[in-house]
Amino acid sequence: MLLEIKDLSIEFHDHDVPERVVHDVSFSLAEGEILGIVGESGSGKSMTAMAIAGLLKRHDVEKKGTILFEGTELLHASRAQLRKVQGNDIGIIFQEPMTSLNPVKRIGWQVEESLRIHRPDMSKEERRHRAITALSDVELPNPEQVYKKYPHELSGGMRQRVMIASAMICEPKLLIADEPTTALDVTIQLQIVKLLQRLNKEKKMAVLFISHDLSLVKRLCDRIIVMHNGDLVEQGSAQEIFENPKECYTKELIDAIPRLEKLV
Amino acid sequence: MLMKSFRKKYPPNFVIGAVITVVMLLLILMSFFYTPYDITKMDSASKLAAPSFRHLMGCDNFGRDIFSRVLKGMENTFVIAFLTVVIGTAGGVLIGAFTGYFGGWLDEVLMRIIDVVFAFPSILLALVFVSIFGTGRYNVVAALGVAFIPSFARIVRSEFIKYREMDYVKSAQLAGVGRLRIIFVHILPNTFTVLMSSIMIGFNNAVLAEAGMSYLGIGVQPPDASLGSMLSESQTYLFSAPWYAVFPGLMIILLVLGFSLLADGIKA
Amino acid sequence: MKYGLKKFVTMLITILCISFLVYLAFDVIPGDAALAALGTDVEPERLAALREEMGLNRPFLERYFDWLLSFVTGDFGTSYKYNLPVADMIVSKLPVTVIMALISFIIMTAVSLPVGIYTAKHSGGRIDRVITVVNQIMMSVPHFFMGIIITYVFGMVFKLFTPGGFVSYETDIAGFLSYIIFPCIAIALPKIAMSVKLLRGSCVGEAKKDYVRTAYSKGNNTNKVLYRHVLKNAMIPVITLWGMMLADMLVGSIVIEQVFNIPGIGRILLTSISYRDYPVVEAIIVLIAFVVVVTNFCVDIIYGIIDPRINVGAE
Repeated sequence: MLLEIKDLSIEFHDHDVPERVVHDVSFSLAEGEILGIVGESGSGKSMTAMAIAGLLKRHDVEKKGTILFEGTELLHASRAQLRKVQGNDIGIIFQEPMTSLNPVKRIGWQVEESLRIHRPDMSKEERRHRAITALSDVELPNPEQVYKKYPHELSGGMRQRVMIASAMICEPKLLIADEPTTALDVTIQLQIVKLLQRLNKEKKMAVLFISHDLSLVKRLCDRIIVMHNGDLVEQGSAQEIFENPKECYTKELIDAIPRLEKLV
Repeated sequence: MLMKSFRKKYPPNFVIGAVITVVMLLLILMSFFYTPYDITKMDSASKLAAPSFRHLMGCDNFGRDIFSRVLKGMENTFVIAFLTVVIGTAGGVLIGAFTGYFGGWLDEVLMRIIDVVFAFPSILLALVFVSIFGTGRYNVVAALGVAFIPSFARIVRSEFIKYREMDYVKSAQLAGVGRLRIIFVHILPNTFTVLMSSIMIGFNNAVLAEAGMSYLGIGVQPPDASLGSMLSESQTYLFSAPWYAVFPGLMIILLVLGFSLLADGIKA
Repeated sequence: MKYGLKKFVTMLITILCISFLVYLAFDVIPGDAALAALGTDVEPERLAALREEMGLNRPFLERYFDWLLSFVTGDFGTSYKYNLPVADMIVSKLPVTVIMALISFIIMTAVSLPVGIYTAKHSGGRIDRVITVVNQIMMSVPHFFMGIIITYVFGMVFKLFTPGGFVSYETDIAGFLSYIIFPCIAIALPKIAMSVKLLRGSCVGEAKKDYVRTAYSKGNNTNKVLYRHVLKNAMIPVITLWGMMLADMLVGSIVIEQVFNIPGIGRILLTSISYRDYPVVEAIIVLIAFVVVVTNFCVDIIYGIIDPRINVGAE
């Protein structure tokens, strides 16, 4: 198993009353697999993703359980240990492509950043070459020009592609996509999903796809986890979940999908 | 429990600021009716007397009671700063509201002028003013007031630009509400929070600017008391009578500090 | 470079506007060069004749452009009081004021940058809280009172310099600098407080933004995130403040010159105001305004270099 999560619990203590956002969640992810986590906002799906990526705040957070990545414990690992994995073995892209890139740095610089950190011996030309390849891998037109641009010169969809390119530059074994399409137009959403699908096949990279959009998850994922109020409600293959949901919350979610097929 | 919720509601900064400000305001209020001594009464026997129970802050080089003069000076400073902010706010709100709401060529022209005035440090503008119209408190008020208009105008303008695009304003326009009514009744009250914090910052700047001008001898004229001119006089006797400098200076600091702590507290 | 050109044109227009307004202001007040030369109790005929001779009866705009033209060529007019060319009076004093402003500015940036970054990095910590309180008090101290405190503490108690013992840079550079450093500290201290506060707030605000999370997700450590990502963004508002402060310091040194008894531009300006020596006042005001506007222009250019969004956007 690439990733094994056992009894993960996350509690916030930054208010007067402790807030339990994730409760006893366990699941695993095989190499090259695409796993979807669905749930409404506040279900704990994003917090689970942040915990895996090592991006939980240090203060006021109580975490329990284990996150094993290739057998290494991440949840209670030191910052230094985490940093070796971040950007190198695990890449992550976020919901807001408009604000997730540094506005005052060039695209190329940002895409190459993980290489500078994790492959310090690599020559400048090699890095540049890799970055441009990555930019063309994510189907950006004129990668050479995009390399020199600033974030504000690109559209939301293009920025999300840049985010993917920079998350994948070190060829990580796991890409976490935290609601990567929510802020984008519907047509662009589909393109991004197809892109993730293609990259998964070509690079043999596992994807943890987090979304509240069931129809996208169904299109993309091999397996699905349903979360609600911090609890893992149900998990199974995409087919199982959609054709034979066991929990009534899952059924409600599925019924809530606005479906053209239904009308036709 | 009660203490805890009080602390949460009023951070320590705010409480300290409020206490300082209230004390200062009470002192200023008192100075309108009563000062321990006549501020111009000279007493050669107590020239540069050290602080004592008779003269709380000592006496100056003419034997005048420093505490009384500090009180009067604070009053002068406060009145001038207050009037300055009133002029600055009134002018700034008018210009900012109209340019922000209507835009167009009026906006372009007025904002260019505002930019030019803004590029001019306020003390320098006041110096120009004073050199043309002469010294004295009302000239200082006029000079600083005009110098303060641009910063208020800019803030109000950007608020109006933000609000004029909002749906509730659009629907008021469609409903046929008059422009002036939209400007002053529908939009202006919403700019209150932003305006309030810049008024407080403006007040502090006005206090500092007034003190600076009277230090240079172009503000309130002797024998009337002002904190700045007291500081200027005190310098000659700095070695023998440091308290002469300390108290007027301390009062300026407290006046500004109280207000800025209060402003920070309100913002948070 | 379109942006730079636009800002340059704006700067020229602003300078033109200021010079026009200042000239207009001094033109409408009673009293002119002829009156100043002859005194108030002179026969009207002689006054009129001199006015004609000096070209004071020409239309306003003609006189303005004439004045402007000689101003840019370095002829600032003649002092009413001393009957000397204004340029000669100013030229030897200008360096003192400018050097003071520059040293103060250097002190301010050199101190506030590390302190601001430190407090931002350790925000909420004990040192941060102490510095915040000190800042709050510093900001409330008028810089001329700061000057008086420094005179008392360093001049009278520790005897590090002789209050009032200004040494000209022409005679003794080292002596000049060791005297000037104290007024510069007086100017810089309140400004340090303000810029530390802004830099800290700006860094803390930037640190909450999404791109910082992205930077961490790539394996950056806190220092790298701070220096490679946050700082450049956080500096944008600070640069604006610094630009305004440089102008403030130039004007502030006028006041501080009085505290430390330094014969700079401020001294001439104040005596000229009290003697109603208008050509001198006019020249100094326009000159200072000119420096201020050029400074603002430089800030705008630096701004354009730091923030790529400015060059392309409409504004």
